This record gives sequence, structure tokens and C-alpha cells, in this order.
Amino acid sequence: MKLGILISEGPYTHAASDTAYQFVKAALAKGHEVIRVFFYHDGVNNGTRLTVPPQDDRNIVQRWSELAAQHKLDMVVCIAAAQRRGLMDAAEAKRNGKDADNIAPGFRISGLGQLIEAAIQADRLVVFGD
Amino acid sequence: MAEAAEGGKVKKILYVNRKAPYGTIYALESLEVVLIGAAFEQDVSLAFIGDGVFQLVKGQNTKGLEVKNFSPTYRALEDYDVTKLYVEGESLRARGLVEDDLIVPVEVVDGARMTEIMEDQDVILSF
Amino acid sequence: MLHTVNKSPFEHGCLGECLKFARKGSAVLLIEDGVYGAAKGTAVSKQVEEALKSVSIYALRPDVEARGMQHRVMDGIHLVDYGGFVDLVAEHDAVQSWL
Repeated sequence: MKLGILISEGPYTHAASDTAYQFVKAALAKGHEVIRVFFYHDGVNNGTRLTVPPQDDRNIVQRWSELAAQHKLDMVVCIAAAQRRGLMDAAEAKRNGKDADNIAPGFRISGLGQLIEAAIQADRLVVFGD
Repeated sequence: MAEAAEGGKVKKILYVNRKAPYGTIYALESLEVVLIGAAFEQDVSLAFIGDGVFQLVKGQNTKGLEVKNFSPTYRALEDYDVTKLYVEGESLRARGLVEDDLIVPVEVVDGARMTEIMEDQDVILSF
Repeated sequence: MLHTVNKSPFEHGCLGECLKFARKGSAVLLIEDGVYGAAKGTAVSKQVEEALKSVSIYALRPDVEARGMQHRVMDGIHLVDYGGFVDLVAEHDAVQSWL
């Protein structure tokens, strides 16, 4: 079955990203196809490579990057939400005249259309938020 | 139109709005999804339940907050062919509101009808 | 349809709203702080027991155990792991998250 995922909260404050991660892992283990993980609202903060959690804690961002690499997951960060919250890739940083970018491996920045497209193409869309 | 034709699918998509405006960004960013989503020519409906009905209250003035008053955008939805706006009546009454207090024409439905509307969808996007 | 609830019923109205709109025969999955709604002997357990007559209610075991609620789950509520969550999503036509 084709699954689309929407994550609406950032890492650590809310459980949404953790729950979504465990859900996606379980879905992949069962042979389902996760066609896209879309990060919206504060969820875009899951895509910053600058998080440094304590060593005895899970690394939420890195965990997503690794899962994406293993399973060729398409992880999309909403551009409008990302711009509001300071999440940038190199191209966006250049376009906006910023001196740094912070997007983590495996994430890409794109428009809200990607969420709608996932909703249309997936058999199920599951929303994780607060 | 092109996008709907390429995908070859028209899905019933319901946006469920249950949060008040301004206290959090969910209402505004939900509306942004609706506007972008309109280009995909799907069968779109909006539901307003609980505090979500506050999004539609007339007379919002955000000058003192220095944030954008996005309530007029609900009136523009018609131009995007988004015309099915359902408001749950009990939520409205519980908040001391009547249909006339709302900024756009809506269909006020009871809980049972709202359940039917939700059950009828292919996709539910909740904010 | 599958409904998910992720908030404590003692602080938020999400569970009550969910149960109001969940049609007979649908499934409700309690996750995150929503699992507190699965406990017996609480201010909401009567409402949940009543709901069990018309809907199936599940609670996510890892969330239940993390909160030390595993011995308090009321009869009739099924515990599932993340794989069970995936199965519930696959078995139902659509998912409504009562955020």
C-alpha cells in the first residue's frame, strides 16, 4: 500500500516526529511503500542538520536522514513554512542572501503542492501533529 | 487543470479545521494548503469543528497584534472553486455564535451529517 | 474510518470530539498522551466504556508502557504496537487525526 505522511511538529517538544518515525519504520518493515514524508508547520525543524542532542538521547534528525538513505524516502520540507522558520538549503540561502544553510541530508525543500500530490497519489495519508 | 489531468485521479479531500486563529499558526498555514491545493482540481471540502469555527468570525481586526488578518481570504475561496464549507452547528452554538456571525456563506450541519461528510472522504488533512 | 487521538482527555476535548463524530463500527486509536483515555477508573472511563459499544478502541502499547499505564488499561481496549498501527491504517479507508 502507498502511504503518505504529514508531520506538523518539530523534534523534541512534541512526540509527533517520534511517532511518525516509528510508524514509517514499521510500515516499511511490512513492505508498504512510503511515497513521501512531508514536513509542515514547525515540522520543518526536523530537517535541520544543526541539532546536537545529548549523547544518551535519540538523534531525531539524523534518524530521519538515515532512514531516508536506507529506503530512498522522499522527505520534503515545505518551502513557505521553512522560510518562516529559518530552514534553508544552499540554493535558498543564496536566493535570500543568507550566509548559511542548515538542511540535513535526505531532506529537500519544495512547495505545498508536494503535499497535495502525495495526498492524491497515496492510498492513505496519515497526519502526525499536536 | 493540467495537474489533475496528469494524475488522472480526482479525490475527495477534506480539510478539518479545529483550531482558533492567531493563538497558533495552524489556521493560517492550513488555509495556505487549501489555496495551493485548489490548483490540483480535486473535490475539496472544508470542515470547521470546535474552535475552528472562530476562524470564520466576522470583524477580525489584527492591527494591534501586528499580524496579518487572513480572514478575508476565506471570502476568496470561491474564486478558487472551493465552495463546500461545512460548519458544525453545535460547535457554533457552544461558542455563542450563529451563522450570521460568519464571514462567508457556509452550510451549518449537525454532528451526524458531519460524520457522514468525513466518512465520505478519500483523504482528510487535519490541522 | 480510523480516528487517532493523541491528547490527554483530562486536558483536551479531542477524545470527546472524536467519539462524537466516530461512526458506529469505526476504529479509534489512542496514541501519545491520548493513551491516558484508556485507563480504567477515571473521570472519562464511563464515556469510553459507553463508546466501546459502538466503536473499536485501540491504544498504542509503547505509549501506554512509557507512561506506566499498562496495568490500568480497561477491558475491551486492544493494545497494538507500531505494526498494528500500520495495519489499522491499511484496513480503514481514511484516517482522521484529532490533533
